Amino acid sequence: MVIEILISIFLLIGGLLSLVGGVGILRFPDVYGRLHAATKSATLGVIGILTGVFLFFLILEHIFIGKILLGIIFVFLTAPVGAFMISRTAYIQGTKMWERTKQDDLKKYIETGETPKDKRS
Amino acid sequence: MVMIAAYTTLVLLALAILACVIRLFLGPSAADRVVALDTIGINLIGFIGLMMLIQETILYAEALLIIAILAFISTVSFAKFLEGGNVIGNRNTD
Repeated sequence: MVIEILISIFLLIGGLLSLVGGVGILRFPDVYGRLHAATKSATLGVIGILTGVFLFFLILEHIFIGKILLGIIFVFLTAPVGAFMISRTAYIQGTKMWERTKQDDLKKYIETGETPKDKRS
Repeated sequence: MVMIAAYTTLVLLALAILACVIRLFLGPSAADRVVALDTIGINLIGFIGLMMLIQETILYAEALLIIAILAFISTVSFAKFLEGGNVIGNRNTD
């Protein structure tokens, strides 16, 4: 009974975090804010759901599924990489920031052409 | 009890995917649309995990991994395509 409550809490927290990510992707004002909402909360929501599914099969059905653990690790590793590449592409393409943005650290490197680590662009 | 939570979570995930689809249609720039597609892919992974739990089968684990890999590769290739135009190419073209 206790483990069922624990699994239900994992599933519901994951679903709520995914819904928060969806609302954020609708309501944030620019691309970078939308990336912030999508990457963080949707990733954590999926990790919560998959943890609940893994515990369900491990404890209630007595099956160990390593592929779900692989999926958790894969999502955890690759979602930030994808978000980083999309944000870099958006910046290089010249996507407008929100008009109330205060700080832009990448601008001086793009303007002066000084690239400390990365020589590609 | 677990089933009630699973069906509720399915509804929440469907609402999240609906929000992403709306952003996919109205996104002003191409990067917005790529973000929405990436988030749809991430949510589909959770959807398939819930389907495994509801139907009590373990056959969908491979589908989960394959959708995860395809979502990541499509995001990276979309980003590189929008940035430079060539997805797989020489690094020192310029």
